[in-house]
Amino acid sequence: MASESTMAHPFEDAPNHVTPTVIHDPILSKTDFRSVGTRPLRPDGLDKVTGRARYGADFNMPGQLVGLVLRSPHAHAKIKKIDTSKAEKLPGVKAVVTAADLPDHTGGDQSMYDILENCMARGVAKYDGHAVAAVAAVDAPTARKALKLIKVDYEVLPHVTDVDEAVKPNAPLVNPRMLTEGVEPKPKKASNIAKRTEFGHGDVDAGFKEADVIVTRSFRTEQTHQGYIEPHACVASVSPDGTGELWVCTQGHFVYRNHCAMLLGMDVSKLRVTSSEIGGGFGGKTHVWAEPVALALSRKANRPVKVTMTREEVFRASGPTSASSIDVKIGARKDGAIVAADATLRFTCGPYYGMWAELGSMTAFACYDLKNVRTVGYEVLVNRPKTAAYRAPSAPMAAFAVESVMDELAHKIGMNAVDFRIKNAAKQGTRASYGPVYGPIGIGATLEAAKKHPHMKAPLGKNQGRGMACGFWFNFGGQTCTDINVGPDGSVTLTVGTVDVGGSRASIALCVAEELGVPYEQVKCIVADTGTLGHNDMTDGSRGTFSSSMAGIFAARNAITVLRERAARMWEIPVEHVTWEDGHAKAVGEKYGNLAPLSLKEIAAAAGNTGGPIAGHSEIVADGAGVSFATHIADVEVDPETGRSKIVRYTVIQDAGKAVHPAYVEGQYQGGAAQGIGWALNEEYIYGKDGRLQNPGFLDYRIPVCSDLPMIDTQILEIPNPNHPYGVRGVGETSIVPPLAAIANAMSNAFGVRMTHVPMSPPRVLKALEAAKKA
Amino acid sequence: MAVLVSTAINGDTVEFACDPHESLLDVLRNRLGLSGAKEGCGTGDCGACSVQVDGRVVCACLMLGVEAEGRDIETVEGMSHGTELHPLQSKFLEHAALQCGVCTPGFLMAAKALLEHNPDPTEEEIRFGLAGNLCRCTGYDKIVRAVQDAAKVMRG
Amino acid sequence: MAEIHLWGALRPAAGGASTVSVDAKTIRELFRKLEETYPGMAPHIARGVAVSIDGRIYRDDWGRDLPEGSEIYLLPRIQGG
Ligand code: FES
Ligand code: FES
Repeated sequence: MASESTMAHPFEDAPNHVTPTVIHDPILSKTDFRSVGTRPLRPDGLDKVTGRARYGADFNMPGQLVGLVLRSPHAHAKIKKIDTSKAEKLPGVKAVVTAADLPDHTGGDQSMYDILENCMARGVAKYDGHAVAAVAAVDAPTARKALKLIKVDYEVLPHVTDVDEAVKPNAPLVNPRMLTEGVEPKPKKASNIAKRTEFGHGDVDAGFKEADVIVTRSFRTEQTHQGYIEPHACVASVSPDGTGELWVCTQGHFVYRNHCAMLLGMDVSKLRVTSSEIGGGFGGKTHVWAEPVALALSRKANRPVKVTMTREEVFRASGPTSASSIDVKIGARKDGAIVAADATLRFTCGPYYGMWAELGSMTAFACYDLKNVRTVGYEVLVNRPKTAAYRAPSAPMAAFAVESVMDELAHKIGMNAVDFRIKNAAKQGTRASYGPVYGPIGIGATLEAAKKHPHMKAPLGKNQGRGMACGFWFNFGGQTCTDINVGPDGSVTLTVGTVDVGGSRASIALCVAEELGVPYEQVKCIVADTGTLGHNDMTDGSRGTFSSSMAGIFAARNAITVLRERAARMWEIPVEHVTWEDGHAKAVGEKYGNLAPLSLKEIAAAAGNTGGPIAGHSEIVADGAGVSFATHIADVEVDPETGRSKIVRYTVIQDAGKAVHPAYVEGQYQGGAAQGIGWALNEEYIYGKDGRLQNPGFLDYRIPVCSDLPMIDTQILEIPNPNHPYGVRGVGETSIVPPLAAIANAMSNAFGVRMTHVPMSPPRVLKALEAAKKA
Repeated sequence: MAVLVSTAINGDTVEFACDPHESLLDVLRNRLGLSGAKEGCGTGDCGACSVQVDGRVVCACLMLGVEAEGRDIETVEGMSHGTELHPLQSKFLEHAALQCGVCTPGFLMAAKALLEHNPDPTEEEIRFGLAGNLCRCTGYDKIVRAVQDAAKVMRG
Repeated sequence: MAEIHLWGALRPAAGGASTVSVDAKTIRELFRKLEETYPGMAPHIARGVAVSIDGRIYRDDWGRDLPEGSEIYLLPRIQGG
């Protein structure tokens, strides 16, 4: 192990260490934090810098086979026949599975049936890359050979991949049985619109009549991928007695367990799922794909099976985000007050029902205080992979459209873009555009901070423009189960069930150390497998640190109750006279006040004689996550010759409620911004006329590299969340929301061109510049 | 037909038999139990598989196992000396330069090679020097700072 | 009687109304009665409906009380990344 000096010291003087700005603390009594707010090293860090950490593909079981998946080369095709006989006869092949090996156990649960069908096509392949069969063999070359021996007889069907094409009346039908939900009377004819949804309040038409200026625009964004660096990987082992094990990289091993058990017809408690270290997820590891297939292969072969997706498979056949097409109309008076706002949003879902337009509709205008507002969303089916969540799903596209129009409107009224937003910002008591009334929120504070930020006044160079934009995300909590076990030496094992995607073990341990009053180093946080804890929801919706720290704090409080009882027994005094302070039991009252405090360590050492092991548990639904807002400022330089853009300066300002481990909060802000920048400038799924994905690799699907980006400045605001004992809000997602619009606004400010199609790749920018020159 | 290869990995003499088509990455991970190098793409685009071969960074997914014959190979597993971490490893930890950490072994190898050739790089040189390594979590800010700080420590 | 605000996708199931009145004391009772009175809402509830009570959103906890006079909004059960 490393020496003390290299390992144990909290990191206090990082070059970019800025103390979070506390706005106010009206509700919470807890303000004097000792551990929370520091930057100690993470418990899993050493393993990760030495190559010892085990990710999805770094694990093997004895006798393990290699599993590979055969995928449809067609965007839409009827599977008339699959002949696996030759593959099965190949020496070394131990199992071949098709949909026939995954009978339907979903009992009428449509969303689970969709997942089942997405894992293995049932009669119809619905997108390029859709799984149609799989093999398990003794090694990879044999498995590859076996895939080639499987003969699939396809009847190619007409397909549609484009969002605007798919909603046209005569578009090929992705699902001929899909009748649009949410419209009255219920349609009799099938279409590619799975659902219509609507949010808002007031009278939009009346509102627009009061407007001095109205801006109306249409926008498009292309489909992007979460782009986690670690491809999906798992090792599955199912025994003939109906028990199974699954090692897998996932954002939620409990949910994977529940889904896999249902799809395989297994008892949930007989399938034990262990989450590996996870090499990024961002929403993309919230859904099962190859895992049920690996289990089916293992069941058939009666051997462990490892399935690792290639990068190409990840792009073609995991769950990217939606492509979108959005119309926005906003009207304002000359004094800058918005009088009405209206948006129509069409989002692709892949071939299955989704709620992506719905999320876009809810988030689109959430930053603003609007009397008359309406959003209408359409979930659109296309022959592309089933959409999965991607960091604040659907909010970036909606914000791109709305925040672009906000800037244009400010410009037309002659108001500064920040002041215009401040004037219309939602505040405590505002009715959100999606319905409820806000509690304490931070949009105004992020805008005020942006206005004061030195970045706003810094000089710009040639061909550079500055833009800003706001973003919103809900965050949520969900089911959470946490254990604390005190060891005989007084050290504490903190067992959580939320997968750690970016340092949450450190953050949750900080909260528990805080509550117990012991040093961070005394608390070891681990992520348990599904056999060890009760159900935990995924690490998604920015919930990992929020919900597990809440459950951890409650578990610590329960452990403290036990510790006080034990101290009372050791002292032979009534427990009412024992308090807990600074990691010690203290006797209070005239009679006992002179007893020397007992440390956690001392109480732990005596546990065997005072009632046995000391533990604290907590099972909660961590509702009340607290919404999150951000404001970003972007400086963009565009080369007018090539249309190539570069971000030259970038600032993220976001409310964290309470930053538990500020370094990882900054990391979330920076990482989200970088993903948003990639989305804004480069990343897109490109489908050919044949419906095949043309760029399923990192060479052609270009995510930002180190030399594409500047340092990303962060400012953490702390507006405590009244629903968390320490005021914590989720921080993981909101930072991906503003960049698309902030960058588009910067380009508009630099060149007077309004970009309405993301990504703003060099050819699109060049075209816009040339069109502007001609005009 | 398997080929017998003799090489040095992290200072130790290693002999292995591999298929002539097998990548060095597969050999390291599947035959030698060195799973520190990761496969993010298998096509040379992500750098997660970076190792040093005779002092130069290469993508282990693009090199054949048989090409390791007679070379000096260094992987992330060989970076620390006993219990003492390489300054890059310590600085990555201190600066929170990893979130998920799957890119970290590749970045450490690439940064090590970079600093061996250029002990006092500018920010731009660091950014271009590490442009072959993808990180999706951090936005690179803390990675660049960690490398800058490690360079300072290594210069003494 | 609590007044329940519906988001757009639920309204067709209530004959186009944007609010409905339901006599319910908890979220569980609310969902049960909504399903009884407006069967078209059942698939939405099965898929996941969140309840905002005075601005605080509950996605999971059906045991929550609906306090007299509180403002209640039904929302889709949000997914995240
Ligand atoms: S795995 Fe070798 S470069 Fe990506
Ligand atoms: S830390 Fe996750 S990819 Fe770099």
